[in-house]
Amino acid sequence: MAVNDTLEGTRKIVEEAEVQRPNLHPLAPSVNDFNQELTTLNLGPTHPATHGIFQNILQMDGERIVSGVPTIGYIHRAFEKIAERRPFYQITPLTDRMNYCSSPINNMGWHMTVEKLLGVEVPKRAQYIRVILMELARITDHLICNGILGVDTGAFTGFLYLMDEREKVYEIYEEVSGARLTTNMGRVGGMERDFNDVAIAKLRAWLKTFPAVMAEFEKMFNRNRIFMDRVVDVGAISAERALNYGFTGPNLRAAGVDYDVRVMNPYSSYQDFEFEIPVGTKGDTYDRFMVRNEEIWQSLRIINQALENLPEGPYHADAPHYYLPPKQAVYKNMEALIYHFKIVMGEIEAPVGEVYHSVEGGNGELGFYLVSDGGRTPYRLHFRRPCFIYYQAYTEMVTGQTLSDAIVTLSSMNVIAGELDA
Amino acid sequence: MADQNESPEAQEMAAVQDPAAQKNAQLLALLHRLFGAETFTDVEEPYGLLTVTTTRERIHDIVAGLQQDQELQLNFLTTMCGMHFPDREGQELGMVYHLHSLTQNIRLRLKIFFPIADPVVPTLTDLYATANWMERETYDFYGIIFPGHPNLVRILNVDDMDYHPMRKEYALEDGTREDKTDLFFGR
Repeated sequence: MAVNDTLEGTRKIVEEAEVQRPNLHPLAPSVNDFNQELTTLNLGPTHPATHGIFQNILQMDGERIVSGVPTIGYIHRAFEKIAERRPFYQITPLTDRMNYCSSPINNMGWHMTVEKLLGVEVPKRAQYIRVILMELARITDHLICNGILGVDTGAFTGFLYLMDEREKVYEIYEEVSGARLTTNMGRVGGMERDFNDVAIAKLRAWLKTFPAVMAEFEKMFNRNRIFMDRVVDVGAISAERALNYGFTGPNLRAAGVDYDVRVMNPYSSYQDFEFEIPVGTKGDTYDRFMVRNEEIWQSLRIINQALENLPEGPYHADAPHYYLPPKQAVYKNMEALIYHFKIVMGEIEAPVGEVYHSVEGGNGELGFYLVSDGGRTPYRLHFRRPCFIYYQAYTEMVTGQTLSDAIVTLSSMNVIAGELDA
Repeated sequence: MADQNESPEAQEMAAVQDPAAQKNAQLLALLHRLFGAETFTDVEEPYGLLTVTTTRERIHDIVAGLQQDQELQLNFLTTMCGMHFPDREGQELGMVYHLHSLTQNIRLRLKIFFPIADPVVPTLTDLYATANWMERETYDFYGIIFPGHPNLVRILNVDDMDYHPMRKEYALEDGTREDKTDLFFGR
């Protein structure tokens, strides 16, 4: 009784004090919340388990999440605005910094958008090289996601082994573009250079060693009782809700919808390759994990096919108005010098028009909506960023779940802050 | 993309041969049947994507009708974004919607234009959950108001920002400089 009296007394004091409380933050707990004993918990903005800078203000009833308010925009860099002042080829580095776990896909998607606008046909060899690089990027993207999901459930070892493999892929990027993370790879019209012997050798060596590591990783997790207890039925979303929320990519396929841009609207010769689209049934964290694992195997299949059938021929289109000439030629050849000057100084005109092009990014349909008024820069460029679109479902997915479930759900959705905020 | 100069018969011939153009013709017929031909202006197919312009009074009906339609099932909102054309008197601001049918694999681009003095567009959040943040982003960038939106506040920029940065009135470079008259560098 005494305890209750004291509690009642405390509540009374708080209620009286409420009158005098100054302007509170709208999200601050009110007296009503206090009576229901809800706790406000700030998940983020900087928290090691959120893997990026975004905040969720959660209302917790004990261990359960009652509601959440996401705040994003911490690394917003106004890419769409910056792009309105940049010539097309200078926008590629901006795309690097969206989903930085798979920047080659962003680069290629952007090049293909511009090529569609300009009407440039890319030779088969360049298309196959692009497919190889995009699939490598997809693998590294999924490796990060699944590796970190392992870390979040308490298994650090798998992550380290996978990062070792990712490192080897980054070495292949280095041979192709000179860069590792923000690759700025390829050019409008093709690739900036052909695959050299070292790149091919590294790729072949990696294709031999990686499957064993991946199989080991899967053996460690796929039927692991401890792991499954943490992820099965956690953060599930139905196919209907996922579609309503605009989900694409592995997160949508985990819910059971087999939408893949590579199959639906093939680009860069994807129609030449044999591969399957894995789908889940429940759309929970386990399904997302399994779909990504299977996609890694399918990407390996595509890379093997593309490498075996890599056509001979030029690695860039014959489009001197848009494709920079080799530097040696610029010094010796009048036409090359003129084109070099015109491209670098931005005197090249683009057709007037609007074009939407989408590629299957690491996280889903990565779209570019480009409006050109004929100038050297886009009049308007809008990025359809899959992370931005599906992250808004996060609150709904974790409501009613525990905090630890919210962490693995966030991890398995693979929300990349760069793509979220652009 | 059908050439604008070709005769209607020639365009029709091309449409029969090209499956994508055939689908676009089917979609356009559906749009005309459901909402009336006078609803749509500026029917184009840039790079094979059917693009129609309509009015903000009809946009909600059209998106809702297409979502319910069982024939082509355009029930996936791919993306939406704002646009600003300062030179178009009374039509300065615009919205562009991309719809997609995942079963029929048809895309549709819907556009609406309206004056910057009255930047009000009906919300689609009652139809698509995904419209929520897209509309917040558009509000943030262009100051377009969506009545009925559950939480229309800025999303990417800071809350106390007092302008809408993607409008064309904010040049990235100082437009008043006179020492630099290179035509190629100023927009």
